[in-house]
Amino acid sequence: MSERRHPRLAVWKFASCDGCQLSLLDCEDELLTLASVIEIANFPEASRAVAPGPYDLSLVEGSITTEHDAERIRMVRAQSRHLVTIGACATAGGIQTLKNFADVNAFIAAVYASPQYIATLSTSTPISAHVPVDYELQGCPVNKVQLIEVISAFLAGRKPSIAAHSVCVECKQHGTVCVMVQGMPCLGPVTHAGCGAICPSFRRGCYGCYGPMETPNTTALAREWQALGAAPRDISRAFRTFYAAAEPFRKESVVHADITHDDITNGDQDDPG
Amino acid sequence: MATRTILVDYLARVEGEGALDIEVHDGRVTSARLRIFEPPRFFEAFLRGRGYAETPDLVARICGICPIAYQMSAVHAIENAFGVTVSGQLRALRRLIYCGEWIESHALHIVMLHAPDFLGFPDGIRMASEQGDAVRNGLALKKTGNALMRLMGGREIHPVNVKTGGFYRVPSRAELEPIGESLERARALAVGLVRWVSSFPFPDYERDYEFVALRHPDEYPFNEGRLVSNRGIDIDIADYETEFEERQVAHSTALHALTRRRGAYLVGPLARYALNFDRLPASVQALARGAGLPPVCKNPFQSIIVRALEIVYACEEALKLIAAYEPPECAAVTVMPRAGTGFGCTEAPRGLLWHRYEFAPDGTIERARIVPPTSQNQPSIEADLAAVASMILDQPDDVIRARCEQAIRNYDPCISCSAHFLKLSVRRT
Repeated sequence: MSERRHPRLAVWKFASCDGCQLSLLDCEDELLTLASVIEIANFPEASRAVAPGPYDLSLVEGSITTEHDAERIRMVRAQSRHLVTIGACATAGGIQTLKNFADVNAFIAAVYASPQYIATLSTSTPISAHVPVDYELQGCPVNKVQLIEVISAFLAGRKPSIAAHSVCVECKQHGTVCVMVQGMPCLGPVTHAGCGAICPSFRRGCYGCYGPMETPNTTALAREWQALGAAPRDISRAFRTFYAAAEPFRKESVVHADITHDDITNGDQDDPG
Repeated sequence: MATRTILVDYLARVEGEGALDIEVHDGRVTSARLRIFEPPRFFEAFLRGRGYAETPDLVARICGICPIAYQMSAVHAIENAFGVTVSGQLRALRRLIYCGEWIESHALHIVMLHAPDFLGFPDGIRMASEQGDAVRNGLALKKTGNALMRLMGGREIHPVNVKTGGFYRVPSRAELEPIGESLERARALAVGLVRWVSSFPFPDYERDYEFVALRHPDEYPFNEGRLVSNRGIDIDIADYETEFEERQVAHSTALHALTRRRGAYLVGPLARYALNFDRLPASVQALARGAGLPPVCKNPFQSIIVRALEIVYACEEALKLIAAYEPPECAAVTVMPRAGTGFGCTEAPRGLLWHRYEFAPDGTIERARIVPPTSQNQPSIEADLAAVASMILDQPDDVIRARCEQAIRNYDPCISCSAHFLKLSVRRT
């Protein structure tokens, strides 16, 4: 009588803040149960015990910003039956894509006194720009309930049940009064659901940290923002934040951009010390 | 001359990517280097040109484990530049959300990341097979910290409610009260945690650190205070750069911070505790004595006890703040941007986090400088590694490797903050 093999999970990190993989450790009630039905084979943030691949499911956090990481993600893909990206960095390049809009050498010089020691690509790119991806879970950070759903779905061999509508639907579901009708600019109408519409429940507009929903009408929303008195610069910055390189947001940010590369990178360099 | 090489592909149970090189010549450690090769993310560069109001949301993304620390240092620096003071219940609520972060971050580090080193397990999950109660209690503690973060901030990671001048929305008394019961239970669990971790086998190792922390006239420090050290530093946070400097080193994408006059220094729980023992409530002081911990502890491995004590403190402080809470009339004070430079410095769970921003008249950031705790501790980590490895050079590679990793984890380093995986190679010639 042979015991059924547990599916093997790996968690990988690229350029990121660690927040999305931390979401797994934040499943305080589910973590030990999860560990009893899957083998956590490779999860360096949580364990010294790293078992070699192949893995049934790889969760990938972070974006590709170095040549070394571009190599490493191909190695991860080759060892993984399913590869799921978790979070804004892995699915869209993350906040570090702000350098894609600037001169990377000026950026390096602004932070480091000896730029020659720093190896970085001029862009931050999503995992899907480098290898095929089986599923992308949005969010900065991802929602841990959705994360458990995605893991369960892949291990059960079904499709994850993650809604693709906008944040607006979540506000309606929660009975949160629309903040835009109260005069606050909000990215909710064009932003992918999943966070639970937190910001409007805290009386502020959504800042788009779940990225563009499917087929967002960013032009119409920008027009509403203007009607509420938002300057083009504000509109551009709003779209150019956590999902700055996601195509619908990137395009809309460019339309309103009155900020130039110089604005971002000028000024004296910090004292090298 | 014998040459011996030890390699570790990466250091686990830390946040971020790095490597460790130890060189041994004639049976002596001649260099120990913590190489951080976390890809740089250029926060200080892309903050330029952004508005002050966006800053708390942007800097939260530097670190998923201590976003509140980044948000708090940022809002204090912005308010400092614009001449705004946040006081009363809004100030109390800032301490409250910081309590949540200390509880969740310390509980995660102690139980899931650091305790396994002392008890010989690869991780907290496997440790649960023999230490089920300890792990479950640790997770329950962490859950309470996160519940407080969620209540105050909307979510555990990258909270949305912190704003320059205060908050977007403040809780009602009725919203805060239910968490009081969880915090009472958490306090009891944290007392148990202090007893559990103080029973661990500690390496017989001490070093004479220069401790640096905030010191406040009457509080154990979170958000405010003067920068002080046990070697005579006592300065306003605005004068950080007169006493401290950051140097870039070829082997790391994290800058190294040093005191200009004496070099390596230590920030974090051991420093806070040594410099502020008298600011702890008598109950926590008594717990420390009961755990056999002197008011100044120089054994970095015992930082795990101090973290547990700080969870007890954070639970007590949170309970006190909730009991005294009266909702303020406004969720935030009015902020009028102006040109100027502002400084913010707060106590992240892993130590001092210093920010400086220069603003244009419309409140746009012209320059930003952020000095995270792990940059500050990096020279101290390297000095510990050299000393800790020296003591056990006759031991097999696995033993040296495990002890060095444990010594690094004493610092709860957030490598993502400072610039993740650690490679250890010991070269012996």
